[in-house]
Amino acid sequence: MNGTRATTDPTAGTPEPAAEPQESVRRRRAARPKAERRRLDSTALIYLVLVAVVATSAVLTGVEGRNFFSQGNVWAVLTAMSVLGLIAIGQTLVILVGSLDLSVPYVVSLATVIAAGGMKGLDSNIPAAVVNTLALCAVIGLVMGLLVSLLHVHGFIASLGIGLVVSGYLGTNYQGSHGAAAPDLRLLGRSGIAGWIPTAFIILLVCAVLVTLLLRYTRLGHHVYAIGGNQAVARMSGVRTALPVVAAHVLCSVLAGLAALLLLSRTGVGSPTIGSQGRYDLLSIAAVVLGGTLLAGGKGSVVGTIGGVAIFAVLDNVMGVMQVNPFLKDFVRGLVIVLAVAVYARRSVVRRPPRFGASRPVLPVPSSAGPSTKGERA
Amino acid sequence: MSATTPVSSSASSSASGAGRTLPLTEGSTVQRVLRAAVTPGGAVFILAAILFVAVVSANPSFGEPPQLIRFIGRTAPIAIAAMGQYYVIVSGEFDLSMGAVIATQVVIAGNYIGDDEGRVLPAIVLMLVIGALVGLVNGLGTTLLRVPSFIVTLGTMLALGGLVRFLTGGAATGNPVDTFREIGRGGIQDVPVVEVLPYPVIILVAIMVAGVWLMRSPFGRTIIATGDNPDAAALAGAHVWWVKTRAFMLSSLSATVAGILLVGYAGVHPSVGAGYEFQAITAVVLGGVVLGGGRGWLLSAAAGAFALELLFSFLNFQEVESTWRPTVQGVIIILAVAAAGRAWSLGRRPSRASPPAPPAAPAPSPTTARPGTETGEI
Repeated sequence: MNGTRATTDPTAGTPEPAAEPQESVRRRRAARPKAERRRLDSTALIYLVLVAVVATSAVLTGVEGRNFFSQGNVWAVLTAMSVLGLIAIGQTLVILVGSLDLSVPYVVSLATVIAAGGMKGLDSNIPAAVVNTLALCAVIGLVMGLLVSLLHVHGFIASLGIGLVVSGYLGTNYQGSHGAAAPDLRLLGRSGIAGWIPTAFIILLVCAVLVTLLLRYTRLGHHVYAIGGNQAVARMSGVRTALPVVAAHVLCSVLAGLAALLLLSRTGVGSPTIGSQGRYDLLSIAAVVLGGTLLAGGKGSVVGTIGGVAIFAVLDNVMGVMQVNPFLKDFVRGLVIVLAVAVYARRSVVRRPPRFGASRPVLPVPSSAGPSTKGERA
Repeated sequence: MSATTPVSSSASSSASGAGRTLPLTEGSTVQRVLRAAVTPGGAVFILAAILFVAVVSANPSFGEPPQLIRFIGRTAPIAIAAMGQYYVIVSGEFDLSMGAVIATQVVIAGNYIGDDEGRVLPAIVLMLVIGALVGLVNGLGTTLLRVPSFIVTLGTMLALGGLVRFLTGGAATGNPVDTFREIGRGGIQDVPVVEVLPYPVIILVAIMVAGVWLMRSPFGRTIIATGDNPDAAALAGAHVWWVKTRAFMLSSLSATVAGILLVGYAGVHPSVGAGYEFQAITAVVLGGVVLGGGRGWLLSAAAGAFALELLFSFLNFQEVESTWRPTVQGVIIILAVAAAGRAWSLGRRPSRASPPAPPAAPAPSPTTARPGTETGEI
């Protein structure tokens, strides 16, 4: 890890041979996969798929006699992206660190009822309600993170269990919609830039940039990748494994709470079932994997996740325009998930961000079960 | 860096195995039973027994044989589903498509059979074929396309569920003849002690016996080896892809059988079987089977299902509001897994008294295994 840290600099991706001895540059070039020029980075691939999906959607929408790139439609797609996008960013963090979060739908539902109940339709209550809601989400994430990191409960089980606990609380204490969103918050849901870009989408972008910066340029972010790659190795390399796991879970829950506030700004009332209706747990995981992040952790990026979310949003949009039966939508969605992931899951392993591979010579691994232990061989 | 860990973990376990027999085959039968009882796979039987005593003390009539046998009959579908899920989990994968398979089979039964008695047998054959096909798709998607099983089965879940809801319009349709429903709710009359011996109980016992035989056969041993370390299993000559594919087929076939039984109880509705996958996973995990594969017993999974149902019965008799059920379920699975993680890692280590030094690495603790296909990696 020391070597990695020493050579980790923001410009690791761009060629900067002047400062290095010729020898190491040659070795590094030799170590790169030969097919690099022909093979695309998985993030580039996902955006190519996105472009293809958008093009197809534009044609299909045009056949229906409507314009995919009309102001209203772009607004609708971007709005649809924002909620799932925020949740998927959090999910990316959790998956990168080698865990899972199945509790997001219940956290979202809980956050909407708590926030709406706190606001009671008054602007003056906004700050307190927002802080309360996000703090509650943070506590839920903290509990989950502690369960995963200290008690060594599998993330799948810890989050499933916490989700069940929250859903029991919701089912017992809230029947039907609850509270009301403050007018200012509802205004936020309708505001945007020039009628094209909703504020919700800007919030999503800001969060995406912040999390990307966190992952690329902070120690915590690097530890997240290290732990997700191999927890035992990270631990033996001197990384304290508890903190990044807890931080990822806390951030995931807080982002889910933020997504809930965006939902609340649109619906106006808190609903104890809104999260599970949206099936945000499975869809966010699907979006993360669609975006090229390895489900086992350690490899992937937020940028790819946003691409995955965008694909879902565009698909939903075009199916809505074409008035596809809502039940058939699920069928298409399921098909797309499997096919899309199959396309690049076959490309053995999603490539790492450059700082882990590019700036140091990669020694050939002697064992036949080398870097590709990721997939079993028949 | 991921390649080193499997090697070291297998090395440490072979070192501890050299010169000594496996802990579970040492000593007399009584000793072995006692030692098995303190593993998570054995503890679930004790848990079930305690819950049974608790239920009987809350409601003495529950302990009478006729009541009891009916309870077992009611629990049979979830126990069968849990045993199906066990094969997949112990091979290191997930099957989320179970609920959708059950819904599909139920709808097929309702619409294909109708009032025609002659169609009962062809329908059962058709359902089994479809079940096997779904399992085949799941298995091949996971092994040959190398898509994480979480994503493949999520895809089949969405696709099948969407298709079924689309075809039925989301409402209850069709009703199979009573002879077919008898499989689920009928039984052999005038049996001495228990009055009625329900068919589900007979089917459950038959599947249990077959399952135990299967897990003792070379196939069963290979499944566990594959789940523990797919690379090692492949190097030892196992056809990993075919073993895992068969595990998925067994899971879908179990879901099919559960669906056939559920038609008798619940009738025909596309929402039958909703949430069964998580229920089954919960039962399997409660049975001490480790997510990530390689550890756990088949009958413990069934016992986990019984423990879960007994717990719900107990809560019913205590007149706890049914809305709190998820909360209790959540707390229980977190506690069970936290305890099980400890116990398995203790059981796997060589005893302190034995001369070879304890493994230096944090021994193959089950909790560090991650979901997805990367099962052997720790």
